[in-house]
Amino acid sequence: MLPLILFYLFATVLVLAAVAVIVSRNPVYAALSLVLCFVTSAAIWLLIEAEFLAIVLVLVYVGAVMVLFLFVIMMLDIDLEELRAGFTRFAWLGWIVAGVIVLEIAGVVLTGKLGIDVTRGAAPLPANYSNTQELGALLYGRYAYPFEIAAMVLLVAIVAAIALTLRHRPNLKAQDIGRQVAARASERVRLVKMDSEHRE
Amino acid sequence: MMPGALPSGPLALAIPEMWLAGSACLILLCDVYFGSTRRSLTATLTMLALTIGVALTGQYGLSTQRFLLFNGLYVADPLAGFLKMAAFVAMATAIFYSQDYLEQRAIRGGEYYVLCLTALLGIFVLISANSLLTVYLGIELLSLSLYALVAFDRDSGIAAEAATKYFVLGAISSGILLYGMSMLYGLTGTLDLDRLSTIVRSGPDAALIIGVAFVVAAIAFKFGAVPFHMWVPDVYEGAPTSVTLFIATVSNLGSFALILRLLAHGLAGTPAIWTQMLMAVAVLSLLVGNLGAIAQTNIKRMLAYSAIANAGFVLLGFASGVNAGYQAALNFTIAYVITTLASFGMILMLSRSGFEHDQIADFKGLASRDPLLAAMMLALMFSTAGVPPFIGFWAKLWIIQALLGSRHAWLATFAVLISVVGAFYYLRVVWYMYFEAAGDRPVPEARARMRFILVINTVAVTVMGVLPNALLRICERVLPP
Repeated sequence: MLPLILFYLFATVLVLAAVAVIVSRNPVYAALSLVLCFVTSAAIWLLIEAEFLAIVLVLVYVGAVMVLFLFVIMMLDIDLEELRAGFTRFAWLGWIVAGVIVLEIAGVVLTGKLGIDVTRGAAPLPANYSNTQELGALLYGRYAYPFEIAAMVLLVAIVAAIALTLRHRPNLKAQDIGRQVAARASERVRLVKMDSEHRE
Repeated sequence: MMPGALPSGPLALAIPEMWLAGSACLILLCDVYFGSTRRSLTATLTMLALTIGVALTGQYGLSTQRFLLFNGLYVADPLAGFLKMAAFVAMATAIFYSQDYLEQRAIRGGEYYVLCLTALLGIFVLISANSLLTVYLGIELLSLSLYALVAFDRDSGIAAEAATKYFVLGAISSGILLYGMSMLYGLTGTLDLDRLSTIVRSGPDAALIIGVAFVVAAIAFKFGAVPFHMWVPDVYEGAPTSVTLFIATVSNLGSFALILRLLAHGLAGTPAIWTQMLMAVAVLSLLVGNLGAIAQTNIKRMLAYSAIANAGFVLLGFASGVNAGYQAALNFTIAYVITTLASFGMILMLSRSGFEHDQIADFKGLASRDPLLAAMMLALMFSTAGVPPFIGFWAKLWIIQALLGSRHAWLATFAVLISVVGAFYYLRVVWYMYFEAAGDRPVPEARARMRFILVINTVAVTVMGVLPNALLRICERVLPP
């Protein structure tokens, strides 16, 4: 009973937060609502015993992606009027896409009614079952080779991004990490002894 | 794990990949620490890594049997060993040709060489792929490195445009490939190409045809075959010539491995579906490539259209659906890579600091300015056009023989006729070199080392044309029926 109550609680919050993402006028509020979406989805994933994925969702999406997103939103000067300009003109396209999605959802929901039972739940797992361990065994065992290649793909992405964007300009005020680390408090803070002033 | 699977081979067969990945990381580190003070160090280390790679492949990477490694995700067979060896040698030659060009254009980032090595690793992954997963990862590793290489000259607007086009179209084709793969996976429940080839034996089924169509479209994009050829001329023209050289040659070995592993092996059960698609793509490529090349004034663009036409020939070999056709396609790919290495090497040789030798008119009177280079360019153009006794003639002949052998007489006739049309624009270069006045065009620089390698490369094109059977024997051995 408790899991069911929790599910409906989180699901309600999730749907409300998703609506808030769309209707917020302020992009920062929309992004924060999206964070709430991710956190509640992570809670729902916990309920279906996908602990590792739930933690990764919070760490990666909330911790990294959305923070980056918020930085971008706050740093860019977004002209909302310009963004909204084409809204009514392209609304029909949005309605068509929305209609297709509604049909697809209906198709998935109604498969049970049509006599096709494809939505069998997974068998309950024993208490000491760790899906983190299972994922690790697959990633570092059976799929070690593609895992390593994927690591190389990420390395290429880093190298390419740096090679294409980093420019050494003469007047660049870049950090010199060696000097930063070597800095001592005694070099930075100068204590000056002054006589206190006396009001005559 | 798999019914009838071959025994897992020794891990040593994967040493070429391990060496390549390790040396790419090491060279990256060396470049970070010493690259700014010793500029040629990274290039030298890369050449060293490639040379050691050839030795290691010769020692460990060649196998006479078929072995499966890494739980069946990786295959080591005679073909893989041969293609890796060829890719190492082609890469080393390409880097050798590129060094002066890069130095003159102040393209000095050591990352250039690291990206070349990772692209080569992507090709290796493709060559040894035995699962849809590894096929996809290989393509991504290769493509990502290539996008960055095309854009590497950051001050060039035309290169940035080419890279953007290449990246956007490449991303779409990756999506198309993934969609096709997901349909194949949905139908069969396996990513393993061995299992796929045994499961997909039934007759044409609508979902299967759609899935295969998506896969064929993505393969055609990688080859630059019509109607997915739009990126080829722009990328060939816009990229630095050294990168064009790479895309036109080494990258082709990866495309060959891709089509061989995915279609000729993974979908061997239903050749009827994809051979028909390949025929249409090949015929269109031959037509558009050969007719498009006539109108070009830029030699890089002309060679790009020539690449489209030649992709058509390779696809014709696969469209025959018989093993002799695959052997002919391998033979054609190797012949094309050897010839094109030297053709682009020639453009790099003739380019100087501040001058891109990329107009066909720049070849005017080359015979009087530098008879040796002109004679070599003559041999290369004749070979690409398919004039005997050069290697390109035999390559085309065997494709046509395979087509006749599989009763595709009209395809063979079409290929011959369109090749005659194609000969026009290759011969125009020869005409410019021998029968037009040089005007005030300067005498090419000496550059003894590069000239020496170019001579060896051109002699290889000629000797392998006079004695064509050696390469064919190798192709027959690594692709047994």
